[in-house]
Amino acid sequence: MSERKLVDAKNTFCPGPLMELIGQMKMAEIGDELEILSTDQGSANDIPEWINKVGHEMVESFEKEGVWHIVVKKTK
Amino acid sequence: MASDRISVMVTSGNREQLQMAAMVASVGAVSGSDVTVFLSMNALKFFVKDSSEKAPAEGEMGALLEDKNAPDFMELFGQAVEYGDAKIFPCSMAVDILGVKQDELKSFVSEPLGLTAFLSDASEGQVWHF
Repeated sequence: MSERKLVDAKNTFCPGPLMELIGQMKMAEIGDELEILSTDQGSANDIPEWINKVGHEMVESFEKEGVWHIVVKKTK
Repeated sequence: MASDRISVMVTSGNREQLQMAAMVASVGAVSGSDVTVFLSMNALKFFVKDSSEKAPAEGEMGALLEDKNAPDFMELFGQAVEYGDAKIFPCSMAVDILGVKQDELKSFVSEPLGLTAFLSDASEGQVWHF
């Protein structure tokens, strides 16, 4: 059973949100979705790059009230 | 994913340089590169286990890094090892001059490495110096 886990990485800077995401990805199961929250635009640009490079699945990415939400599915 | 090598030589004791080195090492390592970090000169003393010494800011940016809650460089080096299997080596010369043993350094730091071995390792990929 896959689930979506929220990773709150607001109020830190690159590469803090990416590292928090990776820490949570390590513990997640294949098929799980993780939604990372970041207030740092650098991370909002960099995290999708990382997802693409490493080969996980980018589900969606949007900004709401100054917070970027990036949703990734663990594929391996 | 193609594997590539990144060698990072860190000699500065300034916060900005240590921060940038830690960012390259951690992001490189978690993105699939084989990362080797070589710590020497003024950088090494911060990796002594019980050191409470803080790396001084070189300029305005260094002060802002702390004020704005950027990730601590030491934490990033640790994550480079933990999440990305980076290898962090103290320079054997610097270890001798500083008079520290490997078990007195942070737990994520590997055994001392000589310059010859680092240069041989660095010949196969990108080399960064901070």
